[in-house]
Amino acid sequence: MSAGSIPSGNQIKDPGYPTASENYLTNSKGPWTWLFTLDHKRIGVMYLIGVMTAFFAAGLLALLIRLHLFRPEGAVFTGPEANNWYNQVFTLHGAIMVFLFIIPSIPAALGNFLVPVMLGAKDVAFPRLNLSSFYLWVFGALFFVGALMASGLDTGWTFYTPYSTSTDSSVILATSGAFILGFSSIFTGLNFIVTINTMRPPGMTWFRMPLFLWATYATSIIQVLATPVLGITLLLLIAERVMHIGIFDPEFNGDPVTFQHFFWFYSHPAVYIMILPAFGVISDLISVHSHKRIFGYRFIAYSSIAIALLGFLVWGHHMFTAGMGPMTTIIFSALTFTVSVPSAIKVFNWLATMYKGSISLTTPMCFALAFIFLFTIGGLTGLHLGTLATDMHLHDTYFVVAHFHYVMVGGTLVSFLGALFHWWPKMFGKMYSEFGGRLAAVIIFLGFNLTFLPQFVLGSRGMPRRYATYDPEFQTLHQVSTAGTLLLLVGLLVALYVLVRSLIKGERAPANPWGGATLEWHCTSPPPFYNFDRPPAVGDPYDFSDIFWDTENERYVTVEPDREIAPTETPEPAHAESTN
Amino acid sequence: MSTIEAAAENAHDDHGHDHDHPSFLAHHFDTPEQQFDSGKLGIWLFLVTEILFFSGMFCAYAIFRMLRPDVFEGCSQFLNTKLGAINTGVLLFSSLTMAWSVRCSQVQQNRGLVGMLAATICCAMIFLGVKAIEYSHKWEMGLLPAGLYFYDPANPHPESHTNYLFYICLPFMILLGGVVAWLIASLVTRNTFHLKCAMPLSVAAACFFVGIGLGMVLESGDSEHGSEVAATAELETEISLIANSDDIALERLAGDAANSGAKSELNARMQQLETAGSSIVQDGEEISGAIVSVEENVMTQRKAGVFFSIYYCMTGVHAIHILVGIGFLVWLLIRAVREDFNPQYFGPVDYVGLYWHLVDLIWIYLFPLLYLIR
Amino acid sequence: MSAHGESKDGYDFAHPIPVPMLLSVFFALVFLTIVTVAQASFDIGSLDILVVMVIATIKAALVMAFFMHMAYDKPFNVIIFLSSFGFVALFLIFTMSDSAQTSPAFEPVVEEVMETDQESTNVIAEESSATSE
Repeated sequence: MSAGSIPSGNQIKDPGYPTASENYLTNSKGPWTWLFTLDHKRIGVMYLIGVMTAFFAAGLLALLIRLHLFRPEGAVFTGPEANNWYNQVFTLHGAIMVFLFIIPSIPAALGNFLVPVMLGAKDVAFPRLNLSSFYLWVFGALFFVGALMASGLDTGWTFYTPYSTSTDSSVILATSGAFILGFSSIFTGLNFIVTINTMRPPGMTWFRMPLFLWATYATSIIQVLATPVLGITLLLLIAERVMHIGIFDPEFNGDPVTFQHFFWFYSHPAVYIMILPAFGVISDLISVHSHKRIFGYRFIAYSSIAIALLGFLVWGHHMFTAGMGPMTTIIFSALTFTVSVPSAIKVFNWLATMYKGSISLTTPMCFALAFIFLFTIGGLTGLHLGTLATDMHLHDTYFVVAHFHYVMVGGTLVSFLGALFHWWPKMFGKMYSEFGGRLAAVIIFLGFNLTFLPQFVLGSRGMPRRYATYDPEFQTLHQVSTAGTLLLLVGLLVALYVLVRSLIKGERAPANPWGGATLEWHCTSPPPFYNFDRPPAVGDPYDFSDIFWDTENERYVTVEPDREIAPTETPEPAHAESTN
Repeated sequence: MSTIEAAAENAHDDHGHDHDHPSFLAHHFDTPEQQFDSGKLGIWLFLVTEILFFSGMFCAYAIFRMLRPDVFEGCSQFLNTKLGAINTGVLLFSSLTMAWSVRCSQVQQNRGLVGMLAATICCAMIFLGVKAIEYSHKWEMGLLPAGLYFYDPANPHPESHTNYLFYICLPFMILLGGVVAWLIASLVTRNTFHLKCAMPLSVAAACFFVGIGLGMVLESGDSEHGSEVAATAELETEISLIANSDDIALERLAGDAANSGAKSELNARMQQLETAGSSIVQDGEEISGAIVSVEENVMTQRKAGVFFSIYYCMTGVHAIHILVGIGFLVWLLIRAVREDFNPQYFGPVDYVGLYWHLVDLIWIYLFPLLYLIR
Repeated sequence: MSAHGESKDGYDFAHPIPVPMLLSVFFALVFLTIVTVAQASFDIGSLDILVVMVIATIKAALVMAFFMHMAYDKPFNVIIFLSSFGFVALFLIFTMSDSAQTSPAFEPVVEEVMETDQESTNVIAEESSATSE
């Protein structure tokens, strides 16, 4: 690629803008055409609205937690029930964030929109299943709202027995919700696997797929394999509560450690459901905004699959202090380190991609850079926790909290925002204010670090997690952390403002605003209802050599050398294209 | 399971701007083969999730059997092998008819397809009927999950206040009534399509009661887990040794004033020993003495209760799968009467068939694991 | 793509299984069921579970290969389905081996009390557990 003029003697290929009847947003009107749509793009948009709502609800709870911790004796909740309130707030923060936001965020919301378009397909393989998985998500969310309305939930998002079988809060409602959300997640994953396997157009070989699709594929494998185990675990937990089946409840001869095994067999791979799509997003973002071929395509692709499979071997590292046998802890600790290898491969490849690229510091790129920084910290601190000896000291402290927030928020949320800003013009056909976007990225980056870096220090000094009150010696660091939360909130609000404003006042987005080479940039912004009239010509997804900046119209265009196509006029009636 | 519907029923989308799409081919697929392959891969993936779903219960089973083989051995005697074996046969036969109906749909034998699907539903209903007998019998004896367990070896058949069998049968009676009403209505209106649907379905609904009858005959012919409980003397002493060491531990535990749970359990055990002793005095037969000594060791809430928890979880979830399967088979049957399937479009029959065989597959493992422990 | 992809319009992908084969598979399954019930009346000790599982697995293999058309299906589908058993094995092996290490007495409450005397715990735990080495 090169900035500036388009070399002469070349044709410009650009799909232009969609008409109102082509545009998937406007081709049919009325709420019912949205609620019962089978179009993957509209379902993706509905998911997007849903997960953002869940995110803001859970974010509000996080804000309450941090404000409460502003003072050692607790600032927000007072009275005799204060600690119970605190327990409920952090539980619901965790449960909503995990089940309603992070797990469906990139795969369901953005994945639904992007997978078929990137693949060059008309839709996902099972559009009805897709819609039903969205409604399952809604029902699951309603169950969580029900739990909130009834008697709350104070078990932590992990529902550990025996507390979850004895507490008075509405465990059954919440676990039913999580059970339903599990099926939503399974159906999404199943749909993507089948779509990627059977719906690829001619020319789209496995190694011409954008890395986002590889990451989605790996994620879907985990969703299909791990989530059913969560389903049965929660079902058994409900049975345990209703009729004391004695599998997890020590009162009837059950073993709580077994529950933890069951739970983490799903929930550790679920951590990779959360982070793998983020890896995919960052691979695409870094390459497009560095305008340089991705370094080590196959390594990144294979490492996604490797992470997905290795993720099934390491669940025990959540339970080092739970009373596992000594041999099991050692095995799990050793296996945990293997996951760091494919993760590191990815980070090095991203860095190598940027090296000598012509980097445009656009908003998505700012988020991608923030991701690399934050994820590296989050990943490396994971090694401290995977090491048996240090974990004994750090387990259940703020160090753990900081570690997984660096991965989940610094990793998944930041890349979700990066992806949102990257594909926003494609989804809604509007450009946002670059200045506003970059400002949001910088504020979020600073606010995030201010919130969670002090928590590493807190944790290593012995501040336990999930406590409503603390010793005064921790106060300064807690206050810094709370201040950081407020800054993070400001950053998120700026981002929201920038995006919403773009919908109202934004300029019309060209088909290819960033210079990407993957297929979604080959159709109009927003894409037409059918994505592609006929199966698109598939090229290398990271070959930017024929993409040029069109200064006149402020857009990137694909050029190809002038070619004499014979016959120049009146193509024969039985042309190859008309038979598809 | 909406996989199947999703794969199958997109045919009627009105966005069909494409030229020569047959009515059964969804708009976003290019060929019937692509549609079939997608559906097939989808259903295989769904079966994978089913396997992993059941794996949790198999894992619970394996752990507890590994830790307490004696409990499993003792409790398994209460499961009626005859009924289990009959049910296995019934399910295997339903698998045969299901596989046959897939064949019928592939070679477009519509009458055969309807017949085979109906036979499959009938078998499923018989299975459920036999299961109903098994369940209700155990509920009356108090062989229930740990929390609800109230079995008393001295009085295995307490005067029951609730007729569980009636409550299980009730929904099926209503179902049978509904289907028969449908049959009569279609006879009166001479609607052949409805008649063709209602006839096999009323036979199927009646089959539930065939299963009930079958279960009753076999259950009564079997003298109350009698001769099966020939536990060897060696085993008994081993078991009682274990139980004793547990009892000692429990006594020490109960000494701790705070542990009321252990105390109550100790009391329960003492009581049980007493009743067991008295029952030996009551009937002097050798064989029942053996039964009692097995029971007094393992037939407690905290031991047998867990076995029956696992039994109910596994067979219960399996039965739910049978019910769901029946729902899909009925849907297929109606479509088969409508003659929807042809050699290019038999996906739904194939997918439901795969699901049905998986349910059978799980029973193939459940039967020996639960019923045949020696 | 499919076993019959070579047909000229690409529409013929059905693979009907002949009726005799279906019937013979069914009778084989019934025979194996009888065998497995019959063997239960012999006392073969700890081999019992092994024998039972082997028979069940043969039956399962028959159902999968013929009733589920796996013998004629695409390799990818077969791999996917069979790999699920690998993950189940992973789950079972880790969880069971850990349970075997940590709760030999099956009564966690009992173990807790005996923590005061580590030596005797081990002895009693071994005595009371029928499964320990």
